[in-house]
This record gives sequence, C-alpha cells and structure tokens, in this order.
Amino acid sequence: MTKNWKAIVPKPKKNRAIRWTVVLLLAAVYVWAFSGVQFTGFKETAGQITKSILAGIASPDWDYVYMPEGEDLLRGLLDTLAIAALGTFISAFIAFPLAFWAATNMSRTGAVSGTGKMLLSFIRTFPEIIMAILFIKAVGPNSFAGVLALGLHSVGMLGKLYSEEVENMDAGPTEALLASGATRLQILWFAVVPQVLPGFLSYTLYRFEINVRSATILGVIGAGGIGTPLIFALSTRHWDRVGIILLGIIVMVTLIDWISGSLRRKIV
Amino acid sequence: MIANTELKRPKPPSRLKHYLTAVILLLILWGSAVQTESTFGKLIQGLPNMLDLLKEMFPPDWGYFAKVTHAMLETIRMALLGTTFGAILAIPVALLCAGNITRAKWIVYPMRFLLNLNRTIPDLLMAALFVAIFGLGLLPGIFALMLFSMGIIAKLAYEALEAIEKGPLEAMTAVGANKAQWIAFGVVPQIQAHYMSFVLYTFEINVRAAAILGLVGAGGIGHYYEVTLGFLQYDRTSTIVLYTLAVVLLIDYASMKLRERLL
Repeated sequence: MTKNWKAIVPKPKKNRAIRWTVVLLLAAVYVWAFSGVQFTGFKETAGQITKSILAGIASPDWDYVYMPEGEDLLRGLLDTLAIAALGTFISAFIAFPLAFWAATNMSRTGAVSGTGKMLLSFIRTFPEIIMAILFIKAVGPNSFAGVLALGLHSVGMLGKLYSEEVENMDAGPTEALLASGATRLQILWFAVVPQVLPGFLSYTLYRFEINVRSATILGVIGAGGIGTPLIFALSTRHWDRVGIILLGIIVMVTLIDWISGSLRRKIV
Repeated sequence: MIANTELKRPKPPSRLKHYLTAVILLLILWGSAVQTESTFGKLIQGLPNMLDLLKEMFPPDWGYFAKVTHAMLETIRMALLGTTFGAILAIPVALLCAGNITRAKWIVYPMRFLLNLNRTIPDLLMAALFVAIFGLGLLPGIFALMLFSMGIIAKLAYEALEAIEKGPLEAMTAVGANKAQWIAFGVVPQIQAHYMSFVLYTFEINVRAAAILGLVGAGGIGHYYEVTLGFLQYDRTSTIVLYTLAVVLLIDYASMKLRERLL
C-alpha cells in the first residue's frame, strides 16, 4: 500500500520549462537591480545620527507645541488639516458630475463613459506633488497651492469610486419615477442621489484620511502644512524638534483615521 | 372616525440632524478657507501665470529623454528593491498580526499597533529621515520604500490571512503537524496567490512613489524636477512628467495583467 500510493494519487504535473524561465527572468532582473546600487558602506556618521534622532524622538521639544508668536506645531497641524479638508471638498465637488459622466449605465454609448474613465485615470496618474509644483507657480508657495493640488489630484480616485457606486445602483427607483412621469432632475434628486449618497460620503471620508497624510508632505516643496517646519528642522539638525513634529503627525493621523473610520461605519 | 384619520398621518422625520451636519460642514470649510487663505480671487489672478507655465512646458524637450533614462532606470531599481525587501519583512509581520495564526493576543494587538504606527508616516517623510541618516543617494530611498511597502503588504496580507479557510488548518492540526509544517502546508497554499498579487500592487504604488522621492534627495528621477524647475527649463520638466507617466502606465498595465492571471 505505502509503496505505490503515488500511483493512486499522482502529484499534479508542473510545467518545468515555464517555471525555469520565470526563475531565470527574475534572477536577471534582480542582478540588474542590485548592480545599479553602489553600496559603499554606511556613512560613518549614520549610527550617530540615528542615535540622535532616536534621542530626539525620546525627548521631544515640548515648547514647540504652542508658541504665542506663531509658527508652532498646533498651527502647523491645523494648517495641514485645513488643506486636507478644503482639498477633499473641492475634489468631491468636481468628482460628482464626472462620476455620472464616467458611469456606464448613465449613457447609451460606451464612448461617453469611456472618455470619462480615461480622463479620470489620467488625473490619477499625476502625482499630487507635481501638481503642487505647478500650482505654486500660479498662486505662490503657500497653503492655497496645496489645497488646489489635493483638490485636483483626488478627483481621479474619487471620480472612479463614485462612478462605480453609480454603476452598482439599483435601476428600480429610476424606472418607477420615469413611469410616473418625473423630469430628469426629479429622477436625479429622488431616485439617484438617495441611493448613492451614503457611498459617496464614505468614499469622501476615506479620501480625506489619505489627504491628511498627503498634506503632511506638501510642505516639502513649500505648499504649506507641517512639512515645511519638518524639513527645516531636519536640515538644521534640530532632532528634538523633528521628534515632536513626527509625534504630532502620528497622533493627528491616528486620531483622524479613528474618527473618520467610526463615522464611515455609521454611514454604511 | 373622520377626525381620527386626519390624526393618523405620520409626521415627516425631523430634519434637524441634517441641518446641523450641514452647518458644521460649512463652518469647517469656512475655517479651512480662512486658515489656508484660499480665495477664488487669488485663483483667478493666478490662472494667467499657470497658463503661461503650461505654454512654456509645450512642446517638451524630446532630446532630454535620453539624458534622464539613466535616472528613470534608477527609479525602477529603487522601487523593485524596496518592494522586495518590504515584501520579505512583511511575511513575519503579517503572520504575527493575524489572529487565527498567532493565538496569543498579547502579540497580535501590539504588532497591529506598530503596523498602524508605521502606516501613519508618509513615504516622502520617511525618505527625508533616511536621507538625514544615510546621506544622498539610492540607499535612503530603498530603505524608505522598504518600510512603506512593508506596511501596505503586511496590512493587506494579514487581513487576507484572517479570511482563509479553517479546514486545511484543522486537518494539519489533526494529523499532528508542528507549527512550521502547519504554516507551510495549511496557510501558504491558501495565501500564496493573494500575497503575490499584493506585492505586484505595492510595486505599482512604489514606482509612483519612487518617482518623487528624489525631491528630498533620495535618488531617482525626482531629483531632476528640482534641477529643471530651478533653471526654469519647463520644457524639460514636461519631458520628465511625460516620461514618468509613460513608465507608470506601462508598469501598471503589465502588473495588472499578471495579477489577473494570478487570481
């Protein structure tokens, strides 16, 4: 019995040729990737700097949390939140009509929804940092540039999620209203909006969470928020200030995630 | 009777909650607009400047493609190595975070807390920190992407792990497998394809992320944004933007096809 159990239950055959080509290809890719990295050993100061960063995080500069004359942690974080909130609102406002444009069940021909989907994915591939650089040229290096960058970039993702929500909508209420002779606007208001609104709100909150994270890095290129003082503290080697700003970001993001998460659970 | 039917008409639900929500939302938006000094006037004033910029960006400097190809390849290398190391690190983390694999609650909850902590710090900030530690170059970028992708993959993987079938696990326990065998034959076959799909997905994200890490000095094509913008060579900036878009779309497409075959 034990001798020929392989004959009773044959092992599934594997295509060895394909398997080996995949392995060889992967090996080649990794050889190429590693050969490009000049590893000259760590900088001799690396260990020391790591130690001072950790020391800075362990003993943060608490005085920086609030300073009466301004440019402190709380104001920086508030600015970050404001950028994220306004940016999310602008993108939700723009994404709302775009979602109906891109939804396949809202138009008869595929050409209409196809172009809408293409536009949305084009917006999505543009990184927000690059958009911020463009807006800085237009409105100057301030928080407003950050708001506009987030507002435009988020349209890509929100529009996609919104349009999927519209596509998953139940056709019943729309047909009922159509049968009772409602106008297009009435159909939109009484059949479509009540169905998609919870989903839209939930996605908007989700995008707000992402935007809070994005808003913390916009300051790196001067588009407002907490990133500017952080980069400044890093380049002047004020590790205790780096520590308090990082702590502030972690606490803020965790708090926002928690609030937004519980709101989303209530909505859906 | 007649009076009674009049009374039975139900009251419409109170709208007070909706009005309050709207008022709070408007207050938040108004406060945000004041805080960021955003006005329509400023946008309209700035629009001509932006149109000028867009005009200067066209046509792109086609000759510049050849010069930044080397940096583009560096970007892909960085994303590839960062994703690989992150994916390897994510395996033990995901196993320790999944409640049905690690039974000890005192390990699962602290691990999840650390994972969430890791995910609060954006990639660019991590890169800025690592640049301070390692100096300029690819190394800080790889480290930043490693931690960043570890967070994403571990989170996705542990959620997928918690949803796997119990049957094979119980069968492995029943035949007396030790913990390593239990994972190798009960868990791995169920999660393999998902895990590969998550890794590919993270690679897509990392290529986008790696393209801008150069802004803080962490290597790759991002560095050339600063160079070309600094010298006001906007036609070259648009070359970089187009190049990045093309590469990102290509990698997204390839990765999507692979993922479709996996699942």
